[in-house]
Amino acid sequence: MIAEAGLAALWLAAALAILQLFLAFGPSPVRAVAAGPVRSIAIVEGLLTVFAMAMLMWVFARTDLSVLLVAENSHSAKPWLYKVAGAWGNHEGSMLLWVTILGLAGAALAIFSRRLDAKTLTAALGAQGALALGFFAFLLLSSNPFARLSPPAFEGRGLNPLLQDPGLVLHPPTLYVGYVGLSVAFSLAVGALITGRVDSSLAKAMRPWVLGAWIMLTLGITAGSYWAYYELGWGGWWFWDPVENASLMPWLAATALLHSINVLAARDSLRAWTVMLAMVAFSMSMVGTFLVRSGVLTSVHAFAVDPKRGTFLLALLAIYVGAAFVLFALRSGKLSEGPKFELVSREAALVGNNLLLTVILGIVFIGTLYPLFIEALTGAKLSVGAPYFNAVAGPLALLLALLVCVGPLLNWKAGSGEKLKRLAVPALVGATVLVIAIFALPGDGILSRIALGIAGMLAIAAFLPLVGRKLRRTPLSTWGMVVAHFGIAVALTGMAASTMLTKEVLTAARPGEQVQVGPWLVEFESVTPTAGSNWTALEAELRASRGDGVTVLRPQARYYTSPPTETTESAIKTVFSGQLYTVLGKPAEDGRWQLRLWWKPLVTLIWLGGALIALGGALALVGRAWRGWRRAVV
Amino acid sequence: MNRYQKFKVGWVYLPLGCWLWAPLLLFLLILAALVWRLANPPDSDVQSAMVGKTVPAFVAPAAVPGKPAVTSGDLADGNPKLVNFFASWCVPCVGEAPVLTMLKQQGIRIVGIAVRDRPAELRQFLSDNGDPFQRIGSDPESRVQLAFGSAGVPETFVIDGRGIIRMQHIGPIEADDVPDLVQAVKDAR
Repeated sequence: MIAEAGLAALWLAAALAILQLFLAFGPSPVRAVAAGPVRSIAIVEGLLTVFAMAMLMWVFARTDLSVLLVAENSHSAKPWLYKVAGAWGNHEGSMLLWVTILGLAGAALAIFSRRLDAKTLTAALGAQGALALGFFAFLLLSSNPFARLSPPAFEGRGLNPLLQDPGLVLHPPTLYVGYVGLSVAFSLAVGALITGRVDSSLAKAMRPWVLGAWIMLTLGITAGSYWAYYELGWGGWWFWDPVENASLMPWLAATALLHSINVLAARDSLRAWTVMLAMVAFSMSMVGTFLVRSGVLTSVHAFAVDPKRGTFLLALLAIYVGAAFVLFALRSGKLSEGPKFELVSREAALVGNNLLLTVILGIVFIGTLYPLFIEALTGAKLSVGAPYFNAVAGPLALLLALLVCVGPLLNWKAGSGEKLKRLAVPALVGATVLVIAIFALPGDGILSRIALGIAGMLAIAAFLPLVGRKLRRTPLSTWGMVVAHFGIAVALTGMAASTMLTKEVLTAARPGEQVQVGPWLVEFESVTPTAGSNWTALEAELRASRGDGVTVLRPQARYYTSPPTETTESAIKTVFSGQLYTVLGKPAEDGRWQLRLWWKPLVTLIWLGGALIALGGALALVGRAWRGWRRAVV
Repeated sequence: MNRYQKFKVGWVYLPLGCWLWAPLLLFLLILAALVWRLANPPDSDVQSAMVGKTVPAFVAPAAVPGKPAVTSGDLADGNPKLVNFFASWCVPCVGEAPVLTMLKQQGIRIVGIAVRDRPAELRQFLSDNGDPFQRIGSDPESRVQLAFGSAGVPETFVIDGRGIIRMQHIGPIEADDVPDLVQAVKDAR
């Protein structure tokens, strides 16, 4: 009954989406009275999707093996947390989560965006309904998560062991909230193009959504990076894997949007550009979902591939993105250019930010799809790896970081000359630091050295917007900007330092032997068998010391029984100055074991920086919400 | 205020500048590539180029005492069979073993090639997991494996009576695969 209730809720929600679409875009007498009903419908639709998701989590929590999805992806001997999280550790469940967030976003848009003019809101809700309808159809027609299995299975087939990790509980939901949260920006842009009202009130209505989605994307990417880092046992924090790129591209677009939206809100400028970015950002989310779900690109995220589903998703993508861009071409001609601004101004700096981010986005996009284009045209198979991305996107990202030092200090419109003069001395000092950093540091990699120098400058420059302000009266959103920009400096430091200074040892050692890696002396004590509730493992005992006390690390080579899979569980020791990362590999024939050891100085700063960037976003969001609330109350 | 005059035709605003269509054109290009990809799915497994060809000549000496060795001539003895590449150090092979026994019980002839293995461990593996093999050849340097065009263990090949490779199965054989493999061996007759 639980599964059937969930399925019924989905069908009802789909029916409501049709009604919503009809009310918002139907004949004009219908549209005239649509504003109220469309909002109510959006809210009910959101509640129904949440109900359906709750039902799916319930059947997973109970391990109801008469539900096909549970039988195929769960197992009664699995820890409780992973049973529930397993609800979205598979294709159908994760698409339901996607749709749930889409429904919730529609409901939230209906509830919170009352200050936007009614026609634009109605059209935006109609667009949101159109999006929801397509994905409801996808779920119900080709990916029903509630399908029954008759007779019920005796035991479930288990969850991919790589996914049995706290990362699974957090990583997909945060990323999805980010992905799908951008749908609101998309719908608002569509709505505003239809009504022709692209102005600062649209930007103000759109901003919290973009900000919220961007925070979640930042967290999701940061968490995913750390998860891959310790779970895959390859010691890297970013692999330029197509699925990683699929999450990075909406983030880049959203970051650009976040900045251009401020220009639209404050200066009523960059109208067509902002609208297009809002469309591109969510289009990137959909492309990402398609790439991941259709399995067309070879990736560590090897999900089950079903051509029918891929075709369905691609058709949805074609309809939505195609329609949005046609609308843009036909209607954005109406949008007049906003007020002009000088070359040295806040607007110009933000345009620079947008151009750089867009070019980086293009680079990542081309790199991700290039193998596909080449194979389609010539039949040759190739892959594009880190060397391309690092070499091409890296310098541009550094240029952007340099711009971040200056941009926030400039004034809107014009008259930044005075400020720039005051900047001259710090900039000179900064440049000196940069040069020293480039030449004095050990290790190799010119890009990393420059990055380290720029990071140092930015770490200071990020706080300059606070100079000369009364700190107590500085708006929270300014604090948010400062923290986020400082986060970039922190993350950049981590990336550069760990790239430059990492020490790696790959060795085959007998128990009892010692290995030196960086400042650490690692003694290989023993390998012993051990077991958990659904796995067995060989566990090494390593005693690591830097002259002050001994740390014991226990990396494992795990073997999961259902489904049969081998994984390596790295053991990591985090100290203030970095991480010691250890992996137990295969046994050699003569009683030696493969050991992989890394000393990664400052590597934790990467994720700390990511968290700071998200925190900055959160501060800005809270600050703006607080101000809006006070204005509404007073 | 505007750089150029704008006209409204119905709902549409003119002139329709080229750049307004740029996002759409770019998107259509990408869409075409994605459609092509869906129509031509990538092959992630390394398929052997040997399927449909005769097994190359090889001699794999007996891997354990009491089991005959395997030569390419043994494979062309008029009977269709499975050639299973396995190893005692290969963990998925343990999971595959009961399924191989099941296949043997259905009358399928199975020849084993032990890849990079040692006799003592191999004997232990066979006594732990059952021995469904008619012959077991030793392939200490993966030469036989490479000759078959196999990239990993376990892998299983269907060979017809004339010694021609009919089919390749990559990864462990699971219970679901049994009917297909039995049918493939029958078809190879």
